[in-house]
Amino acid sequence: MVQLTEVTKYYGRKRALGPVSCEIEKGDTVGFLGLNGVGKTTLLRILACGLRPSSGRVRIDGLDVLQDPHEVRKRVGYLPEIPPVYRDMTVRDYLAFAGRIKGMTPEAVARRIPEVEERARVTEVADMPAGHLSQGYRQRVGVAQAIIHEPELLILDEPTHDLDPVQIMEMRGMIRSLKDSHTILISSHILPEISQTCDRLLILDEGEIVASGTEEELGEMLLQSRRVAVTIREGGGEENNGSAANGGAPMVIGRIPGVIGVQRSDRGEGAIEETGTVTFEVECKTDLRAEVCSVLVENGYDVIALARAQRDLERVFVGLVGRERT
Amino acid sequence: MGATGIIFRREFRAYTRSPMGYIVAAVVLLLDGFLFYAVALGPRAGQLLSGQALDGFLYNASGMTAVAAVALSIRLIAEERQTGTLLLLDTSPVRDWEIVLGKFLSALAFLGAITVATLYMPLMILVNGKIAVGHILIGYLGLICLGGAVLSIGVFATSLTRHQLVAAAVASVITGTLFLFSGMAQVVGAPLGRVFAALTIHGRHWAGFGSGILHLRDLVYYAALTYFFLYAATKVMEAKRWE
Repeated sequence: MVQLTEVTKYYGRKRALGPVSCEIEKGDTVGFLGLNGVGKTTLLRILACGLRPSSGRVRIDGLDVLQDPHEVRKRVGYLPEIPPVYRDMTVRDYLAFAGRIKGMTPEAVARRIPEVEERARVTEVADMPAGHLSQGYRQRVGVAQAIIHEPELLILDEPTHDLDPVQIMEMRGMIRSLKDSHTILISSHILPEISQTCDRLLILDEGEIVASGTEEELGEMLLQSRRVAVTIREGGGEENNGSAANGGAPMVIGRIPGVIGVQRSDRGEGAIEETGTVTFEVECKTDLRAEVCSVLVENGYDVIALARAQRDLERVFVGLVGRERT
Repeated sequence: MGATGIIFRREFRAYTRSPMGYIVAAVVLLLDGFLFYAVALGPRAGQLLSGQALDGFLYNASGMTAVAAVALSIRLIAEERQTGTLLLLDTSPVRDWEIVLGKFLSALAFLGAITVATLYMPLMILVNGKIAVGHILIGYLGLICLGGAVLSIGVFATSLTRHQLVAAAVASVITGTLFLFSGMAQVVGAPLGRVFAALTIHGRHWAGFGSGILHLRDLVYYAALTYFFLYAATKVMEAKRWE
């Protein structure tokens, strides 16, 4: 669906992107992950035909973006970081305008608008001027304009930018619902957003793709160990007379082959803040969640929660870009 | 309807929905009314022939039209760059000339509507004095031609920047310079004076419209000037779209 070959972009003498080469298959949901300013937006705007690459070749659905920009634009839906919404128009008028400007007939627009409103969940604000909408609704309207012409490729640049936690969850749900019908490219510097919605990650640093693959593949490639967060009820453990926190549980877990270390992590990733519980972070050579759970249960501990520590992906990310997030 | 028509409709509605459109319309109508009173109804009433009164009104109206054209045009592209909505057009299957033309025509239509709303004043002269209808029609054609030319300068200026004030300054300097050529043509001798006279946006090219005489050369001049600046705006859009 998307083929990038040695693509670069210079602003004056400053290299903003590249050389970048990659291929994205039809139906994939791919996340571009990177710190601010590493070239994510530049890359997405090149793919959306809003920016000319300085060199290299970009093909979308077999079409070259420089030779057939018009045809490419018909196949691409683009949501920039700030939704391109006219504040003086009502949502419905705006969507009609977006549909018409993207080459749809008036009849097709009229048919499509109710579907898109429903899909983007903006039906209840359809008659309101866009300038009166909250950021969350504006973002949804932005998604609606991006999908109104049923593009094969959907490009979402920081789709959860400036949203509150509830709106972020709703946006993730919306993106998941679009996965069946579009190839989706998402950029973000927020790890959970990418890991929870994308099948594959491309990590950018200083304008170049430094790694690509699934979360699992990246972890295999870069991490010497895995981390599992386990929360148990205090007072359990037949062998250790109820002392879950002081030596008992860590000792039990530590006996599992492959476990490198165990440390208490009350405020760490995956910790459950509940009175009477204690959380440990288990560092292991492979994913040992099942073993950790069964050993604890066998030894009389009540397992409240067990998960892979989210920090795994952060460790991959930080390891790749070579510095801490700012 | 092509992309030009779709953009035209959106932009024309934007004028009717924004305070800016109504403010420009109100100021033009108010000042034109004052100037009409000064020329035709004030202390000088009765001293001028009907044709001279109409000529004076059209002369004043031409200045107001030029100012209104600058005010209406500066938002057209700069505002979209500022708010990010231009990205919608940039990533849609629309050509740059279609964007420029759609926006220009919407501003011209709105300016035309304001100009037509001043028609009652020359009609008062027509009813109470002795003037030809053709004089009014040619005079208003001149206002539209002049307004279109200044609008095209404004569209060019607004394509250059994301700041409306900068666009206003650029448009004002270009338009002001083209107005000043008229005075410079009288100060500077030939052959440079002829060049200034040929290039001025008012003076020689306006005089015929003001007195009700239609010269092909004036029509060609305004059409060429409008085309030149719209073409320049399109080139700027292309360059910025792919910058």
